[in-house]
Amino acid sequence: MAVKKYVVGCFKEEDALFNAVKRVRLAGYKMHDVYTPFPLHGLDKAMGLRDTSIHTAGFIYAISGTTLSLGFMTWVFTADWPLNIGGKPHFALPAWIPIMFETTVLFAAVGMVLTFCYLCQLAPFVKKHHFHLRATDDLFVMVIECTEKTDENEVVSFFNNLGAIEVNVQRAVTGWWLGRYDKEQQLFDQKRETVNV
Amino acid sequence: MAVKYESQVRAPLIEGNKDYHQVTEDIIRPIEAPPSLLWWIGFLISVGLLLFGVYSVYREVTYGVGQWNLHKTVGWGWDITNFVWWVGIGHAGTLISAILLLFRQGWRTGVNRAAEAMTIFAVMCAGQFPIWHMGRVWMAFFVLPYPNTRGVLWPNFNSPLLWDVFAIGTYFTVSLLFWYTGLLPDLATVRDRARLKWRKRMYGVLSFGWTGSTKHWQRHESLSLVLAGLSTPLVLSVHTVVSFDFATSVIPGWHTTIFPPYFVAGAIFSGFAMVQTLLVVTRKVLHLEEYITIEHIEVMNKVIVLTGSIVGIAYLTELFMAWYSQNPYEGWAFMENRANPFSPYGWAYWLMMSCNVISPQIFWFRRMRRNLVVTFFMSVIVNIGMWFERFVIIVTSLYRDYLPSSWSTYYTPTIWEIGFYLGTFGLFFTCYFLFSKFFPVIAVAEIKHILKKSGEQYKKKMDQVERKPVEEFYQETHVTHH
Repeated sequence: MAVKKYVVGCFKEEDALFNAVKRVRLAGYKMHDVYTPFPLHGLDKAMGLRDTSIHTAGFIYAISGTTLSLGFMTWVFTADWPLNIGGKPHFALPAWIPIMFETTVLFAAVGMVLTFCYLCQLAPFVKKHHFHLRATDDLFVMVIECTEKTDENEVVSFFNNLGAIEVNVQRAVTGWWLGRYDKEQQLFDQKRETVNV
Repeated sequence: MAVKYESQVRAPLIEGNKDYHQVTEDIIRPIEAPPSLLWWIGFLISVGLLLFGVYSVYREVTYGVGQWNLHKTVGWGWDITNFVWWVGIGHAGTLISAILLLFRQGWRTGVNRAAEAMTIFAVMCAGQFPIWHMGRVWMAFFVLPYPNTRGVLWPNFNSPLLWDVFAIGTYFTVSLLFWYTGLLPDLATVRDRARLKWRKRMYGVLSFGWTGSTKHWQRHESLSLVLAGLSTPLVLSVHTVVSFDFATSVIPGWHTTIFPPYFVAGAIFSGFAMVQTLLVVTRKVLHLEEYITIEHIEVMNKVIVLTGSIVGIAYLTELFMAWYSQNPYEGWAFMENRANPFSPYGWAYWLMMSCNVISPQIFWFRRMRRNLVVTFFMSVIVNIGMWFERFVIIVTSLYRDYLPSSWSTYYTPTIWEIGFYLGTFGLFFTCYFLFSKFFPVIAVAEIKHILKKSGEQYKKKMDQVERKPVEEFYQETHVTHH
């Protein structure tokens, strides 16, 4: 995992954050991410993120559930073991609707949650670098990645001008690893730093 | 950014002078403090009840279903009554978390976490009854459709009892996923505040490494919305399928088409009553009166009087149809076995009527809806009534069958049947006590989301702005970055 350098700016107010997002995009800095304690509506649009298509995945899981259960029950009651139940037709579609509905919902829900966890790389025992601990409490934390062209001090003063209440520079790896939150882990050697600032 | 606005007509959902950090403090502080004496007493009583339940079930498994007083004609008694009762209680949680999300009801944020937890624990309790009722419980897995060595025999997909397996199984799984994905950000908040090593470690594992990234929130919002959309028909289907257990039979008193909507309304009715029972106490003990306000309590009491009245209409419709159909068996089941106060179980029918239909009418009065003592008392009364509803439906339809020679038997439970029921109370409250100690009982992130719209001091500020001339109002509400 590559070690990169980041400038972290913390904002107390949503308005200041939205303003900062707009200014950062205009200035052309590389915005790594914004961490917020709760979902801010419109922030994804402001940051230029595309819409998520997790609901499309959900639809695909849902119809898989429907067809799988319909196909399975059809095969069981018409081909594998046709059973005479009160002289009713073997292909008893109305009686299968409850199970088809339940499997539709089950597949969609389980599939979507697993997809969500996969896309966001969330799982038990996964540890990530957290730029600011109060990002889950009351601060809106904007992180800018330093590239070869970025002047770190310029970004720091830029954040200060935008009304950030706290600004700092951090070196971090942004992936995930297996680890414990009660242990400080130095995952990377400072000497192998790859970014020149 | 859009103007955050909520009408001044609506009372604030979050009282007091709060900022985001204060919200975190208020809700997470009980987790970080050592449990109180009251908590220990409640928890140990619950564990005691649970152990009594375990012993009762042990007796039933060892000596057979004969440990219960079920007999020929009354083959379903307390067990299935309790099953339907617990499943029904679960329904309020999903109604609050899913249906009210789709309806954009802001007040749900104060109560949804605890109500969803209640759903999960109630469904866990409900599931015990059909499983142990099987008698030979080690064969319970026969209900699953898997390739087997029994000549490949499959379960009967046309049977409502199998639909129930799928409905309850799906309901439990989806409720659990919905609840836990909502918990992830709040568990991360607990983790990041933690100073103790074990707590940081435990919540580190539980929070799945949540960071609060904007992209993650975007997916999380989409996921919650779709799960709410899926849970809404799901919750209606679950009690519909439970009612099919009865309605698809030809037993007088069960064989009616009114059952699905009638059962769903009754489920929401009893579920909201249980939410009230839990939250009236929880808000007091954990000092969360500013988040679960009297407004919340009042709104839920309105739901109780509405659904209670729907249930009342269903009772009257059943009686009317029993007479109007001119079916002698249906008429006998209703007029003689149930509504006649002098028949063996007439007392149960009229207890149900007075608890479910007559007494909730007190909530037409605002003063009563906002009275915590009345609310708590009524919530218990409603759940007693709803338990008797299921008892009346099951037992009064069974204890007098088509063969009058078997009518002499009056069904009363044994101590082990009662013990099993008490044991599920133990399971439910043990889980609830653990939940209220280790998890945030209010959705912290969701409260922060509505704070600037529905918080008391923000609404006051907005009220002042609203009274200003239009030009000034425009200036104040359209912030610079537009």
